[in-house]
Amino acid sequence: MTLSLIIFLPLLGALLPPLFIRLGRTACAWSAALLAGTALAILLYHSPAVFAGETLVFTQPWLPALGLNFSLRLDGLGLLFALLILGIGLLIILYARYYLSEHDPMGRFYGMLLLFMAAMLGIVLSENLLLLLVFWELTSLSSFLLIGYWKHRSDARQGARMALAITGGGGLAMLAGILLLGHITGSYELSVVLASAELIQAHALYPVTLALILLGAFTKSAQFPFHFWLPHAMAAPTPVSAYLHSATMVKAGVFLLARLFPALSGTELWFFLVAGTGTATLLLGAYHALFKHDLKGLLAYSTVSHLGLITLLFGIGTPLAAVAGVFHIINHATFKASLFMAAGIIDHETGTRDMRRLGGLWRFMPHTATLAMVAAASMAGVPLFNGFLSKEMFFAETLHAGWMGEWSWLLPLLATLAALFSVAYSVRFIHDVFFGTGPRDITRKPHEPPRYMKVPVEVLVALCLLVGILPAWTVAPLLAAAAASTVGAELPYYSLAIWHGFNLPLLMSLIALAGGVILYLLRFRLFALHDRIFPLCDAKAWFECGLARTIAVSHQLTAWLENGSLQRYAMLLVASVLIVIGTSLWGTTLTGPVAMGTVDGVTLTGALVLGVSALATVIWHRRRLAALVLLSVVGLVVSVAFVRFSAPDLALTQLSVEMVTILLLMLALYFLPQHSPAESSTARRWRDGLLAAGAGLSVAALAWGVLTRPLETISGYFLEQSKPGGGGSNVVNVILVDFRGFDTLGEITVLAIAAFGIYALLQGLRLPSPTTDGEGRPWAEDRHPLILSAVSRPLLPLALMVSLYILLRGHNLPGGGFIAGLVTAVALILQYVASGVVWTRERLPFDYIKLTASGVLVATLTGVASWWFAHPFLTSTFEYVQLPLLGKFELASAMVFDVGVYLTVVGSTLLILANLGKLTLVSQPHEETK
Amino acid sequence: MELLVAIMIGLLTACGIYLLLRARTFPVIMGLTLLSYAVNLFLFVMGRIGESQPAVIGVGDGQYTDPLPQALVLTAIVIGFAMTAFVVTLALRARGELHSDHVDGDADPRGPGA
Repeated sequence: MTLSLIIFLPLLGALLPPLFIRLGRTACAWSAALLAGTALAILLYHSPAVFAGETLVFTQPWLPALGLNFSLRLDGLGLLFALLILGIGLLIILYARYYLSEHDPMGRFYGMLLLFMAAMLGIVLSENLLLLLVFWELTSLSSFLLIGYWKHRSDARQGARMALAITGGGGLAMLAGILLLGHITGSYELSVVLASAELIQAHALYPVTLALILLGAFTKSAQFPFHFWLPHAMAAPTPVSAYLHSATMVKAGVFLLARLFPALSGTELWFFLVAGTGTATLLLGAYHALFKHDLKGLLAYSTVSHLGLITLLFGIGTPLAAVAGVFHIINHATFKASLFMAAGIIDHETGTRDMRRLGGLWRFMPHTATLAMVAAASMAGVPLFNGFLSKEMFFAETLHAGWMGEWSWLLPLLATLAALFSVAYSVRFIHDVFFGTGPRDITRKPHEPPRYMKVPVEVLVALCLLVGILPAWTVAPLLAAAAASTVGAELPYYSLAIWHGFNLPLLMSLIALAGGVILYLLRFRLFALHDRIFPLCDAKAWFECGLARTIAVSHQLTAWLENGSLQRYAMLLVASVLIVIGTSLWGTTLTGPVAMGTVDGVTLTGALVLGVSALATVIWHRRRLAALVLLSVVGLVVSVAFVRFSAPDLALTQLSVEMVTILLLMLALYFLPQHSPAESSTARRWRDGLLAAGAGLSVAALAWGVLTRPLETISGYFLEQSKPGGGGSNVVNVILVDFRGFDTLGEITVLAIAAFGIYALLQGLRLPSPTTDGEGRPWAEDRHPLILSAVSRPLLPLALMVSLYILLRGHNLPGGGFIAGLVTAVALILQYVASGVVWTRERLPFDYIKLTASGVLVATLTGVASWWFAHPFLTSTFEYVQLPLLGKFELASAMVFDVGVYLTVVGSTLLILANLGKLTLVSQPHEETK
Repeated sequence: MELLVAIMIGLLTACGIYLLLRARTFPVIMGLTLLSYAVNLFLFVMGRIGESQPAVIGVGDGQYTDPLPQALVLTAIVIGFAMTAFVVTLALRARGELHSDHVDGDADPRGPGA
């Protein structure tokens, strides 16, 4: 459990600095340091067990069905990395306190830094590979934020975007690779995967898996050809560069190589992919580092080169090479972090990082110069410094690399060449900055930085020296623990001594040192040569150009697919549905085994009327009023069809809805043009006609397919339980208000929401009213014909009584809240039509909004009431009561629910239609423009 | 009988879809209405068609139609009305704001969709 605290403390800590910044910058830094420090203390508390050879595992199931568990693992390798992350992280927190200026938002900086720290800790402590991936992506995202910290600078934004694109893309590849790995081994837990090396390497998917995982590792660790994002990430504040590019972010890639080393390494493919990439990166980075005039640029390419070296070591694949790789990870982290910090100090105190302008700083800051010289000596591999030890081991391993056959001389040669460049750029870093002439064009007088800004550098430089001089007394146990869990087996014998006698690796070191100094002395000629050879090689320009092109293409694609025309979207939607249905229907047997029923004359006549009026609606759709009349015929025939096929409830509903719908459309038509212009081209009409015919055919085919197959229904339960369980004999109504009452509650809520939405949409709407009808005749002067109003008024009480009757009997005979509500609504709307909005509103002073809301409320409360009797929501009950005059009468709680439905339907229907009708009052009649 | 019903549903669908693809709001609304007739009928006949009795217990010989699709379609009809009303209001609002009844809201009759 405390293992997870190591990750969660920094994660929680990400919230603290933005709060503590109000108490001042020092308090803010302390808040960040406190949580990271506590996490470090917990880690140290666990470390004795790890040094004793244990592997601590903590497992908490998260999504076990997917194989994703929150399982953590602390072994030697994890301990080493966690120490680096937390230790150097603490030093960075101290350093950044003095590096950041007053204008930089410090709370945000520490927040993002701790977030990143938590993500890195997650990677190195994950036992589950999917969990590792989650943290892996989190480092990509949080490093994006850190690199782009100075968001007002375009180079910072571009650098951050490039880093995210490259590492994020690699992360995707790695996701695929890890899924394959899980597929091969059947588990995502590292303990299983690491023990299945033979299974993995014999599997047919091994090459693909390996390549995908390596893509993830190589992009993260800036290996060739993905190395170019790292130099551009230097736009970040120097503390970020010191942290991300020495100990953490870029080390995540080589960490992965180390982590999966037992499972994936040892094959020829591994050797050529990993060692090959490592060698190319080593050389390329070392070469370019010499030619960068920017201090951080030099360090960036040097980082690329050293990462290549580590990758090459893991690629060689022998246990000793892995030991050397782990050792170099430690050494590189210490000397590179201190060099970045030194570069930051120089930048901070002189205002420039350009080595052509710097020089002679020894006079102004001897202390910093001494520290930088120690670190640079370590980077160059000078004896007595820690870089020398791992470089010696590296040289020794290149001499013993397998798989190379008669080319085995090549690797040592290239390694020496890279080391030679490494010496040259290290010398340049020191000599061009601290010695020689200069500084030139510096606006301020350089001086030593604040005391505490140097402390982190001092700590790291002291480590470089201690490890370099007394390796067996300092780093040996940690290295042994980390290397043992990397190799996953007994470690072979190795010696961490400085002096191994005169041997080939020492000779290679001497050649590199001497050659490097000579190369540095020739630097001006080399610079000129380099500028002639590589004037155009700018990976950033290529990347940005590629990015711009991708964006342009996707813009074009979006514009083509999404041109803003709803008409076109509707067409595409229908077409795609057609394709989906068409392809799934293709080749299936449509006709089922059930025999067809016979057609009688009445039904056939009805079908003919239906078909003809539907077709006529389409043919005359441009003459809108005529089409509307035809449409109402279709609706009437549909309700008759419901009668014909034994659905009286549906018929009643359809009939009353038909009336309000047609009324609604008539009202709408009043405000809209009476004719549609003929604007579709013939080709478009054909296209739409074909689409419509296709859709009609598929739907008919589906209906035919279903109708000729036997019925399997769950309705038997409803039919049986309707009377004893629901207390009603009209099964349709009992289903609505009882069995599926919750659905109905949802539906009346939707109805109410739609009505409120319409009410809101109509607010403040002004529409021009036409003065003539579609044929050019003026509207009748008599807006409310006498006969209609005279007939409609006595009809109202009758209609209300009928609707009440329908409501009450609905539980046992066709009817119910929906139908009764619609009948009431029709009766009331008739008054609006006959006597006008003003007249009716005076006599019907209901607030329809409140009516609708009270309906939903009544229905909901009926459901809630069952809670009071300790029953689930909407449990219904019924009782038979003896009423005077009426006799035995049944009362069911579901009937109250039905009253709620009734009120909602009446309220929302009237809310919709009365408000639409009111538009005719506010709209000023004037001549419509045609 | 089944064939006739299937053809009718198909025909209503085809008419509805054709109107749905028109450029002006009013035909589109009419198309939606036709399409909802088709959909309601389609859902309804999933309980099959036949000579059975309405599903009212105690009436007839006990051969009842399937009440479940009917209950579903009943609410679908009412909700369908609410949705039609909403689309109508949208069309009116669009006409008020954009002075056009083109579905693309384009004042120019030969807009991007034409």
